[in-house]
Amino acid sequence: MQTRFPNKFLPYLLLSPSIIIVLIFFVIPSVQSIQQSLYRSNISGTRQIFVGLRNYEQIFSTTEYLNSIQVTFLFAFFVVGVGLALSLFIALVANQRYAGFTIYRTLLIWPYALSPNIAGVIWGLMLEPTIGMLTNAMQFIGIHFNWRTDAASALLFIAMAATWKMLGYNIIFFLAGIQGLPTEILEAAEVDGANAWTKFWRITFPLLSPTTFFLFVMNTLYAFFEGFGLIHVTTNGGPGYATDLMVYKLYRDGFIAMNTGFASAQSVVLLLLVASLTFLQFRYAGRYVYYGG
Amino acid sequence: MTRQILSRPRFSPARLGRALSAHAVMWFAVALTLFPMLYAILVSTQTTQEYYTFPPNLLPGSGTLRNYQIAFERAALARLVFNTTLIALTVAFGKMILSVTAGFAFVYFDFRGKILFFIIIFLTHMLPVPVRIVPTFQLMDQLGWVNTYWALTIPFFASATGTLLFRQLYMTVPASLADAARIDGAGPLQFLWNIIVPISRTNLMALFLIEFIYMWNQYLWPLIVANAETTRVIQVGLKVLIATDAAVEWNIVMAGVVVAMIPPLIVLLLTQKSLITGLSLFEEK
Repeated sequence: MQTRFPNKFLPYLLLSPSIIIVLIFFVIPSVQSIQQSLYRSNISGTRQIFVGLRNYEQIFSTTEYLNSIQVTFLFAFFVVGVGLALSLFIALVANQRYAGFTIYRTLLIWPYALSPNIAGVIWGLMLEPTIGMLTNAMQFIGIHFNWRTDAASALLFIAMAATWKMLGYNIIFFLAGIQGLPTEILEAAEVDGANAWTKFWRITFPLLSPTTFFLFVMNTLYAFFEGFGLIHVTTNGGPGYATDLMVYKLYRDGFIAMNTGFASAQSVVLLLLVASLTFLQFRYAGRYVYYGG
Repeated sequence: MTRQILSRPRFSPARLGRALSAHAVMWFAVALTLFPMLYAILVSTQTTQEYYTFPPNLLPGSGTLRNYQIAFERAALARLVFNTTLIALTVAFGKMILSVTAGFAFVYFDFRGKILFFIIIFLTHMLPVPVRIVPTFQLMDQLGWVNTYWALTIPFFASATGTLLFRQLYMTVPASLADAARIDGAGPLQFLWNIIVPISRTNLMALFLIEFIYMWNQYLWPLIVANAETTRVIQVGLKVLIATDAAVEWNIVMAGVVVAMIPPLIVLLLTQKSLITGLSLFEEK
């Protein structure tokens, strides 16, 4: 328990800038998103007409939106699944005490500084259909990879770029998590003759669950919300609609087609998604996930 | 007993094998994380003939000056770097100030509505740009903030991350410090400035790093609200180098990419230590 200063007015003064900014730029606009999702503007854009849930009915009845949901989930599965597995593996190896490993650990964090769109541009070159070094290498063993014309390649390409960008972040947290594990338990297991495999699945992995869960939430949010620049600068949602992530579709509807009703309905869908993730975090994190102590 | 079993191993072929395979995995991991960046730098120095080869040419080329010159002209890179640096620094410092004061208020005072205020600040986490994009854009329009620096800075000042970070830190500060300050007759603001701010140094640096990189890498919001020559940021501005009707000149594109990735990398390298200390504090909620 920290000592409290008896001042009645000061805490409000200290908090007011944050509170005002959050209310004006976050809370009120979000409420307006919900409100606008129930309206549609007339042809000339001069009048708002109340349409109830019609915007939702309409977006969910178009194959285009259903496609972008599917694309986003596939993208998220890859980014979260491959990203977490790969970074956990790297972090476990990197945590060992060998000469030079401090330097490795430092170098692994670098991609954290880059944006997803920069990652997209660099991987876009390495996987360039005609001159990309990786494409040519794949060609050599008979795999054709063309993210400009082939839907599966395109989705795989953006997923790889996005996953790569997150590796640094994930590795930092996994390393911190591993270093915080109670060493006595691992030592006891070693004395009992447990091999590395058993130690990992029976001890390290369960004890790491808070870190893993935290990273699961952060990576899911990342996959759903931060992919925009990556798409905008490389595939523009194509070929066809193969990489039309939900955020990209939302942008096209709201700011290219200027259909604010549709865009707001999509904002609300995304809001529900974040809300359920946050709910999960509060409801289950404490109970099923080991938080130490 | 345990000590003995786990003490530094003597040489054995099995141990050597394990060490070698660990190094091999690390080489692979480091190559995976660093090679793409290195490759971008390499291509940015090469002429078209030099990078248009298979197997790829992994030596520095002779086109450096020309590539960067063209990239700076075509994308007005100097202005983009200026704009992005300005907003990234402003937002990082803004968030640092508001996070310290908010964290301080939550830990050192009792007041009505504390939990509500805490939830409100936490809401920033739950409401990313796409969730409120249309109304927030309309608000910018009404305020006359479209294509101004205001739109790129003020809405970002509140930070749930930072507030949580400092609240967490201040809860671990020995209560005797505040007691001593009160006995000495120091007011809360003096205590904040003389004691709290100095002990927040590492976390301030970690927050600076996180927020500078976060802001430097913004894309969607600057695209819709500040895509004018005067206010455009580098992430958005790089697109003109790629979106050409002719074949993409990857060496020019990579020159732009290198300019866009160097500043956040430098910030990361300078403050990396603080990041690890700061973040480890964070995760325990």
